[in-house]
Amino acid sequence: MLELLQAQGLRKSYGARAAVVDVSLTVRAGEVLGLLGPNGAGKSTTVGMISGLTVPDAGAITLGGTTLAQDEFGFKRRIGLVPQDLALFEDLPALANVELFGALYDMPKARLKQRAAAVLEMVGLADRARDKPATFSGGMKRRLNIACALVHDPDVLLLDEPTAGVDPQSRNAIFDNLEALKRAGKALVYTTHYMEEAERLADRIVIIDHGAVVAAGTLAELYRLLPAAQTLTVDIDGPFEPDLLQALSGVKSVHLAAGRLTVGLDDLALGTQAVLRCVAAAGATVRHLSSGRANLEDVFLALTGRQLRD
Amino acid sequence: MNAFIALVRKDLVLYFSNRRSVIMSIAAPILIAAFFGSLFGGSDSKPANIPVAITDLDRSELSAKIVAALRADSALTLSEASEDYALAQVKAGKLRAAVILPVGFGEKAARALFGGADKPEIVLSYDPSQSMVLPLVRGLLAQHVMENVSQSVISGASPLMKDLREQVTQNKQLSAERRDDLIALFDSVARVQSRATPIAVAASGASSAAASNGPTFSVPFSTREVEANSNPETKYNSYSHSFAGMGVQFILLMGVDVAVGLLMMRRLGLWKRLRAAPLSRAKLLGSRMVSCALIAIIVFAVIYAVAMAFFNVRVDGSVIGFLAVLVAFALLTASFGLLIAALGKTPEATRGLAILATLLLVMLGGAWVPSFIFPAWLQTVSLFVPTRWAIDGLDAMTWRGLPFEAALLPVAVMLAFSAVFAAIAIARFEWEE
Repeated sequence: MLELLQAQGLRKSYGARAAVVDVSLTVRAGEVLGLLGPNGAGKSTTVGMISGLTVPDAGAITLGGTTLAQDEFGFKRRIGLVPQDLALFEDLPALANVELFGALYDMPKARLKQRAAAVLEMVGLADRARDKPATFSGGMKRRLNIACALVHDPDVLLLDEPTAGVDPQSRNAIFDNLEALKRAGKALVYTTHYMEEAERLADRIVIIDHGAVVAAGTLAELYRLLPAAQTLTVDIDGPFEPDLLQALSGVKSVHLAAGRLTVGLDDLALGTQAVLRCVAAAGATVRHLSSGRANLEDVFLALTGRQLRD
Repeated sequence: MNAFIALVRKDLVLYFSNRRSVIMSIAAPILIAAFFGSLFGGSDSKPANIPVAITDLDRSELSAKIVAALRADSALTLSEASEDYALAQVKAGKLRAAVILPVGFGEKAARALFGGADKPEIVLSYDPSQSMVLPLVRGLLAQHVMENVSQSVISGASPLMKDLREQVTQNKQLSAERRDDLIALFDSVARVQSRATPIAVAASGASSAAASNGPTFSVPFSTREVEANSNPETKYNSYSHSFAGMGVQFILLMGVDVAVGLLMMRRLGLWKRLRAAPLSRAKLLGSRMVSCALIAIIVFAVIYAVAMAFFNVRVDGSVIGFLAVLVAFALLTASFGLLIAALGKTPEATRGLAILATLLLVMLGGAWVPSFIFPAWLQTVSLFVPTRWAIDGLDAMTWRGLPFEAALLPVAVMLAFSAVFAAIAIARFEWEE
């Protein structure tokens, strides 16, 4: 697949505060790129620069061979932005909202009508087209927010934490919509700090922290960055020195924060008993024990020493 | 109790930590109170510099003295002008009143002082929109005429005394008692004069002396008060001015709402979303200005429709001029709104400050009280207030019935203000959130 959108060496500072230090990414048609990072990592600033809202201090953004600087309006016509905020006119009916945002892109009237009806149908709001968003649930507003970004049929959809505050049912509905868009050949950039969302949706993931890319690749590629494929999580009471575990055979990584001990193991069956014995020998008490395969949280932890929600 | 104290403390801390809010709470009442205090009391409550013209057709010694006395009165700014020019200036709202002293005024007034003779007629043309000034001008005129006529008549040099004594003696219409009193008065004045004691008539006491000692004296002139309208068929309708003033005020407040709406759009992320679309800055801000101007025109049209339907307000001047003033004011409102949006930070703080600014503009523009009762310096200041031009323009095109040319200056001034407001707004507008 050809790379549709490319961002190279993006950098942005606000006074002395560097919001984005060095971010590069690419996304292809029919692909979902997950932009994963904790709050304040620089995801929204990156999306702002890609959508033309924020002028980067350095770097270049190219869409289908055209740079933002060369043809700002042509560039923006091919981008659909779903902002983190609910950018809706609460006192206009849903259909009027969608038609208004379509009209901003100078769409012919007949096509605008047809597209507005189609996107409302797609997000499951066709029967509420005449109702005002003020009467909608949070999930419905989020779906309308997406419809407004899709009405002009963009090639690239930038979604900035589009499921914030949404119930699981609406979240699944949104995911279904996004997967349909992906199948339709759209390129999607999906920012989130929920690793579950990135794991479910993204074909490739770019992990950002402190304004810089710390890792990028497919899920499998990211997991390969982990020292261990499996994780043992132990909630403990009492003092414990994590270095005690490093000497155990099969232990690949150890992290202790707020009474939670996270241990990367080659083999859970072999390592679990040794870990629990060591904890008991140190005088700590085990409150809860869980295990599983490694996830993006572990990747982020391994790369940054912090958890995604720190 | 602790919870109650904590709640009270929280409210106090929150309130006083919002400096803008505190300034608004304190500055607004002080400014408005100071404004009205200076108008209706303060250190010098005497109205000053009421612009009045006088046309002295008599050109007598007495009329010259009256003109000089009126000119020296600090309540008036007196200018001498031809009859037509003075009337035109009153019609245009540049002067509050025009006084015409007729030919033979001095001679007739002196003779009419003791009654019996025909009184000369002073024509007093006044601006009907500011009729509060009429009693004041009328009173000052009476004071200075009485002072000078009585002084002229009673002075030793006046040959009139002998003529008047003869006139009173011959006047059969007077009762015998009154005639005897007047003859005694003349004789006593003659005795005083013969003792070569000049009669000192204090300027300020003359009229009161005449009034108290001379129940036989009469006001030696009559006045004919004329509304100075361009269309003699039209009576002044005070609703014309009040609808102009209130329309200007509330449309400016609508402009404030539009500005606050833009700040709310910023807060809600809508402005960012609009900026993500392929729209130029000119289109983004221009559309906002046009929509605001259209709302202003529609609102003003509805206000005037009601005024015309129920309050008999009419466009007696140029309809095109009237529309031009409305459009210019609508653009002024839109640029004012844009300026507020550009300078404002938060919707809450901006709304308070903008309303204060609007109220000041409206007050200084003469929408609440006529600008002629302002102190002279404030009248000058009000010329730099765009609302003054809006109200003047609307007055000119409605009840004053002036031609299109009279709308040109107000329109030009409002457009100039609009351009300045818009330029500052665009320069200060923060595009990135």
